[in-house]
Amino acid sequence: MEFPDELKYTEDHEWVLVADEIATIGITDFAQDQLGDVVFVELPEVGDQLETGKPLGVVESVKAVSDVYAPLSGEVVEINSALPDEPEMLNTSPYEDGWMIKIKLADPAELDGLMDAAGYQDFLEQD
Amino acid sequence: MKKTVLNQVHHQAGARMVEFGGWEMPVQYSGVIAEHLAVRKAAGLFDVSHMGEIEVSGPQAFDFLQHATINDVAALADNQVQYTALCYPSGGVVDDLTLYRFAADNYLLCVNAANIDKDFTWLQKLLAESDFSELTLLNRSSEYAQLALQGPLAEKILAELTESDLAAIKYYWFVEGTVAGISTLISRTGYTGEDGFELYCPAADGVELWQALMSAGEPFGLVPTGLGARDTLRLEKAYALYGHEITADILPLEARLGWITKLKKGDFVGSQALLRAKQTGLTRKLIGLQLTEPGVPREHYPVFCAGREVGYVTSGTMSPCLKKGIALALVEAAVADAEQPLQIGIRKRQVAAERVALPFV
Repeated sequence: MEFPDELKYTEDHEWVLVADEIATIGITDFAQDQLGDVVFVELPEVGDQLETGKPLGVVESVKAVSDVYAPLSGEVVEINSALPDEPEMLNTSPYEDGWMIKIKLADPAELDGLMDAAGYQDFLEQD
Repeated sequence: MKKTVLNQVHHQAGARMVEFGGWEMPVQYSGVIAEHLAVRKAAGLFDVSHMGEIEVSGPQAFDFLQHATINDVAALADNQVQYTALCYPSGGVVDDLTLYRFAADNYLLCVNAANIDKDFTWLQKLLAESDFSELTLLNRSSEYAQLALQGPLAEKILAELTESDLAAIKYYWFVEGTVAGISTLISRTGYTGEDGFELYCPAADGVELWQALMSAGEPFGLVPTGLGARDTLRLEKAYALYGHEITADILPLEARLGWITKLKKGDFVGSQALLRAKQTGLTRKLIGLQLTEPGVPREHYPVFCAGREVGYVTSGTMSPCLKKGIALALVEAAVADAEQPLQIGIRKRQVAAERVALPFV
């Protein structure tokens, strides 16, 4: 399982890549592995305001429904519009083709609450 | 949690294990969709050793089973299998099962894992309340391992390991033979809608039988398959599942099981309630729905017609073959046969669903 160093992670198994106050968000390799074959993705709309810890969308595998939680607050500026038609990209490429949304950060200080790759792996081992 | 004799084999194969009916069982190995498609195209091997086996034998075994089960036991010949159910006097279902006839006075019931104790207690109660005395009930569940070899290549794979004439075993018939030198009941039955066999062997031989089948099946594309694929495979074929379409609160007549409910065979447990329901007209009906937009229907989701809730989903999934959301839904009978559009409530949305003929695939 891969956990790229340039990303930040949450305990709900989302990842975040920040560049110029825009955060790209997806679910981790661990999350997709736990879910199994992803068959449906529900994303927010551009312009939606996200609040940290609130559901931003839904990922469904054959067996289960899982909420995806906003790791940070901000306005949705872009969604991966290819994802609803090819939800399996969450399994095959969780950090690249399977990115979910981009938001404009409301409060960059919130980034301090996220884990780095080593911290997330420690968290997984404890869990 | 109870474990089958194959528990270690599943762990070693990298299966993801879950609790099912009190048992630790593999839900998937490589992935539900890949396993599902392997069974449709080649073959899959399921450990179903958690299923229960109850022996009914003795001079009055036939009479007792005719009383306790809803299908007509008189239709069975030696070495034939019958899909049937136990009902309560209310007409609701205790459990669905397959009934094996070895001889007129010797039968084996294969029951759902979660219901072994409930069914056995129920049968003992029926026996105690009845006038039948010349029969024996035995819970032999722990004596058997059971493997389901399913898929279009199942016969070719099994033929590598047995002398039995497999082509001569028709659907829902069985023989007693050997597979890989192991004494095995070879039954041409299954729960996937594909050709295949359910193999019963002594529990102590379960691991050896599994390994022999996997080795023989490898060149044919045989893969181990878990409960996840078992569920999607049965749902595409609209087979009822205990706890979903089969419960104490659903009549078999409502659950598309009229074909096993033999009201003309004479009185049996539940027959009066079922006859009454048939005469007064069924109020609910199980139908097949397919989403016409993206989404995954799931158990308990409400079904709407013109804004009114008219029923609920008993089983739903994303069909790996159709790549569409499919559902069995128990709805008001009047709505079932009407043409007004239906919707399934998925979270805050009402998603359009069309009635489709069953099976789905």
